[in-house]
Amino acid sequence: MDSLVQLTGVSKSYGAAVALHPTDLDFARGKTTVLIGPSGCGKSTLLRLIIGLLAPDSGTIQFDGAPITPVNIPALRRRIGYVIQDGGLFPHLTARRNVLLMPAHLKRPAAEMDRRLAELCALTRFPQTALDRYPIELSGGQRQRISLMRALALSPELLLLDEPLGALDPLVRASLQKDLKEIFGGLKQTAILVTHDLAEAAYLGDEIVLMNEGRVVQIGTLEDLRTKPASDFVTEFINAQRGLALI
Amino acid sequence: MKRIRKTGKQEKLIRNFLFCFPAFLILTSPLSAAEPIVVGSKKFTESYVLGEIAKRAIENAGFQIDFRPGMGGTIIVWEALRTGRITLYPDYTGTIVEEILKRPELKSEDAIRNALAPLGVGMTGTLGFNNTWALVMRRASAEAAHIRTISDLRAHPELHFGLTHEFLDRRDGWPPLAQRYRLLPQDVRGIDHALGYEALARNEIDVKDAYSTDAKIAQNDLVTLADDLEFFPQYKAVFLYRLDAPPKAIAALRKLEGTLDEQRMRRLNAEAEQTKDYARAANLYFGNAEGTAKSGEAFSHKLMRWTLRHLQLAGISLLLSIVVGIPLGIIASRGGWIGHTILAVTSTVQTIPSLALLALLIPIPFFGISPRTAIAALFLYGLLPIVRNTSTGLQDIAQPVRESAIALGLEPSARLWKIYLPIASRTILGGIKTSAVINIGTATLAALIGAGGLGEPILSGLNLNDHATILQGAIPAAVLALLVQWSFDLLDRVLIPKGLRL
Repeated sequence: MDSLVQLTGVSKSYGAAVALHPTDLDFARGKTTVLIGPSGCGKSTLLRLIIGLLAPDSGTIQFDGAPITPVNIPALRRRIGYVIQDGGLFPHLTARRNVLLMPAHLKRPAAEMDRRLAELCALTRFPQTALDRYPIELSGGQRQRISLMRALALSPELLLLDEPLGALDPLVRASLQKDLKEIFGGLKQTAILVTHDLAEAAYLGDEIVLMNEGRVVQIGTLEDLRTKPASDFVTEFINAQRGLALI
Repeated sequence: MKRIRKTGKQEKLIRNFLFCFPAFLILTSPLSAAEPIVVGSKKFTESYVLGEIAKRAIENAGFQIDFRPGMGGTIIVWEALRTGRITLYPDYTGTIVEEILKRPELKSEDAIRNALAPLGVGMTGTLGFNNTWALVMRRASAEAAHIRTISDLRAHPELHFGLTHEFLDRRDGWPPLAQRYRLLPQDVRGIDHALGYEALARNEIDVKDAYSTDAKIAQNDLVTLADDLEFFPQYKAVFLYRLDAPPKAIAALRKLEGTLDEQRMRRLNAEAEQTKDYARAANLYFGNAEGTAKSGEAFSHKLMRWTLRHLQLAGISLLLSIVVGIPLGIIASRGGWIGHTILAVTSTVQTIPSLALLALLIPIPFFGISPRTAIAALFLYGLLPIVRNTSTGLQDIAQPVRESAIALGLEPSARLWKIYLPIASRTILGGIKTSAVINIGTATLAALIGAGGLGEPILSGLNLNDHATILQGAIPAAVLALLVQWSFDLLDRVLIPKGLRL
């Protein structure tokens, strides 16, 4: 398998609390992998380790064949997009300047930036007329679209999304899920998405990684999880999320 | 894109302005004028009057005079003379041997002169009067208790003594006096000289120290107690001057020798206190004809001079506080023992009284008696609000925003400049505003070391107990503080990004 990100024996503890036990994991190029599991299972920690917001206690993380180190992480971050739940938009910058912050910082030509911005607006269905608004003037869904545009601005090889739709109401959430699916498919984007919603995982993910208490429990499609559960926990987790379909 | 470039230009413009403004203040500084004769004085009536007289005498000899009246005490004015910040000032032989030379064995004028010469300082002959210390009482209560001499006080330990702080501390002041006369009063307290007269009038104190030529002795119907054990040294008035001063100026000064007896001096002091105008007293000395024409600088001109100097002191020190305070605040925001130390030290500086801070700075060679010292003190006072606000403003930035800046791949410096500082700008500007207002208020202390500003009328008004004069400095200072506050509110709108103001 051609993997873009490879974890070998990666672990992380906060004091006495183990967030991630030594873990081996490969993320395939061009695919969307969904990390799912209950709160505190280590899925967000895994994402933060890849983007270098945390340093692993042990093990190595390889990106595109080379290990991530404190020396190369600043450069690597520009090849990785990162979207978080509340957007993390910069309140003092307009939507436009949030999106173009890095391209402008890297002194990309103005024409190129304008073109990229138009592309991204089309891609995320963000109205161009709202680009000069500040984050506080945007709706929750619009903020997440801007956050996504900002993450995609430099055309990153890897997109990390940490519960990007977690704070949105169901209608907006559904429409953004649809857009995300189109983006992942259309761009052949390698993406790692963290969620705790199984339906979202099944809809967006090529592969689902189910985690619990800092360990990977099972990897596969929803079908694999349902028909060949690796443990009682898998069944329990799936049943807990069956929800409305069964009522 | 248009928008990005436009804001960029705007920011640059503001930055240029902020940079140039203090430069303007420095350039318009009167410090750079061709060296005039600088006349100093201490901050009590007689010293102001003698300063005015010297100023007039040397002006008449054709010199440019820069007058720095009301400097905050013997040590300060002496230090100013020794370091060349001033050319001359009036003092008394007793003070010179006791306080400055600390050689009370020097009796003759020549002996004093010989001791001063190695320090580059000359002394005129005496002006004619002996203004020694004296203890004074209300006439009525002195007569009732049959007190005529200081020795008589021994039998009345119940009397309340209100003495000036300087007198309480002097080598020729209260402690040895009490020892010599074996006085053991039950109540001795320190009180400001001008306020002491009011306390005496209101029967709150019974005995206070005074100068024998003090106009208030006659005005308030007080009696001077005889120094029957001859404790007090001679306090003959003289001028001290720098030996490198122009000989023609010194010659003009020496013409004043022997022209002022005690009675005349007391009259001049009374004139100054009644008219609240030291220049008028000097007019009286030179005779009215000459005086009226030159009754001093126009008020509007003086006000302009004080205000400009005030702004200059506050502006330069504020700029320094910003330049040093923001980086310190950035370091402090990272916490750890360094951060805590920075905050602790800047807080401690804030608790030092302004006079004490000046006194601590003066012995440092670079500072001495100069506007530099005032600026340094103001700079230190201005640090805390800026450091603290910068630090909290940065610490209050939400974690997701902080991590987004890192995850995007911005270098640490770009994170600081493009993200963290703009987001904290409101808090930082709030700190700068506080510093600016504090500085405007505290800059009045500069007058204590002859650095000018609006403190000048405040000090001289305090000495005269003249509210009008105090207000001449206090009102413009208050107006300045309001203007500063107001212009910072305007500046907020330009400097705080719009997204943070919605």
